[in-house]
Amino acid sequence: MATIKQRFSGVWAWLDERLDLAVLREIAEKKEVPVHRHTVWYYLGGMTLFLYVIQIATGILLLFYYRPSAEDAYESVQFLMAEVHFGWLFRSIHAWSANLMIFTAFLHLFSVLLLRAYRKPREITWISGVLLLGLAMAFGFTGYLLPWNELAYFATRVGTQIMEAVPLIGPYMATVLRGGDDVSGATLTRFYAIHVAVLPMLTTFLLGLHLFLVQKLGMSIPPDVEREGGAKGKMNFFPNFLLRDLVGWLTALAILAALAAYFPAHLGAKADPFAPAPAGIRPEWYFMFMFQTLKYLPAHILWFEGEAVGILGFMLAALILLIVPFLERRSGRGEPSRLFSWIVIGVIVYIVVLTYLGYAAEPMA
Amino acid sequence: MERDAVSERAAGPRQSRRGFVNWLLGTSVGGLLLAVLYPVTRYLIPPETAESTAATVTLSIRPEDVAPNSAQIFRFGNQPGILVRTPAGELRAFSASCTHLSCIVQYRDDLGRLWCACHNGHFDLNGRVVQGPPPSPLETFVVNVRGDQIVVSRDA
Repeated sequence: MATIKQRFSGVWAWLDERLDLAVLREIAEKKEVPVHRHTVWYYLGGMTLFLYVIQIATGILLLFYYRPSAEDAYESVQFLMAEVHFGWLFRSIHAWSANLMIFTAFLHLFSVLLLRAYRKPREITWISGVLLLGLAMAFGFTGYLLPWNELAYFATRVGTQIMEAVPLIGPYMATVLRGGDDVSGATLTRFYAIHVAVLPMLTTFLLGLHLFLVQKLGMSIPPDVEREGGAKGKMNFFPNFLLRDLVGWLTALAILAALAAYFPAHLGAKADPFAPAPAGIRPEWYFMFMFQTLKYLPAHILWFEGEAVGILGFMLAALILLIVPFLERRSGRGEPSRLFSWIVIGVIVYIVVLTYLGYAAEPMA
Repeated sequence: MERDAVSERAAGPRQSRRGFVNWLLGTSVGGLLLAVLYPVTRYLIPPETAESTAATVTLSIRPEDVAPNSAQIFRFGNQPGILVRTPAGELRAFSASCTHLSCIVQYRDDLGRLWCACHNGHFDLNGRVVQGPPPSPLETFVVNVRGDQIVVSRDA
């Protein structure tokens, strides 16, 4: 035991001499997490990060068998699910982890909103976080099509068609994204390139920035805790908080394995561009509230198409979300901002209700 | 360094020479960016595929294969069409792409209508919207039966 430690300290000394590792140790020792009644929400970012790491690992494994073409994609996924050892497991974990990651990212977003962690000096952390959520949803949208099954094919047809409703640039954007006027094999290769290369690259950059800023600025203490006299105490990040993180991650891994085993990802029928759309075409659940909103809009609002109004509304909402730190400045000055809390809660209720309606109020005939 | 700056400022022609060099560098960088971005942008825009200009298509379906009150999907160039035989026995053809969000419609023999499953849009057998979100009627094609061949053509 002692020899291992000696050998390790020898390696450490060798590296330290060249790389000045003492800085790392200093960072690890200095990083602290405030302890108060809202501390539990600090775990959501780390949880999202863990699920993203799972996505990278399982995604790389899926690449070994996946073939990105309209002729081969469905069959390669079928082969992966039926023949490849544990292929079903890795694909199911990839699918479940994607959903859980977006779920925890949404929780993270709303907890940061309600705890006002976006206020000065963390505006850039907030903006990078909102952009990361956008990237996560883009990952979801592009990944959904890759198995080239019927549901995904028509959901993508509808999704890209909705994009065409954006005035002026919409049809142009949709054509570039689809690689043509319709969802086809060209769309599949484009989505593949975006899913496995473009989005990971952008995410690496933004995630690096996000984590660097979290490290640099430390954890935000919610204003109401500060008003009550500050945090009760502090916890060392290393190892105390990290070990708690680990407990959460191991639990998440166990849940993922159970979900993958009991509810494996479906494949369904192969996409056929010349077959009628089946009933029950729906997007992934995190797009459902937007999709359902568009359904309730009339075909025409004033002289605009209803869809165009809806999609512009959501683009405006995304922009407002992005610049929240510059709109809600009361909490930055240490003043309470009740109204803002109610707006956030209203948004959460809206998303939950519309998502529920999307599944419950599906027209049957 | 500072002395350089001072002497630059003192000497007028030198100043303009530096300005010229800066302009040259600036435009070169700009030109380089354009030379990279233009091909990349054009590369990402898909090439125009020759759109099916065929105004007429002869189907591989024979008239007697389509029973009354049923329908079949066919290819009109690279677009899907739907051939319906009405309960009265008449053949009609439409574009099968729903005018709402371009899902592919199907024939509902229980309703005698064309139906889009994506958002519950209903069309009658003239292609007109009866119910649901579609903003405009389905494109109607002209159907001609020549012997045992069905010829579908665009209304031109």
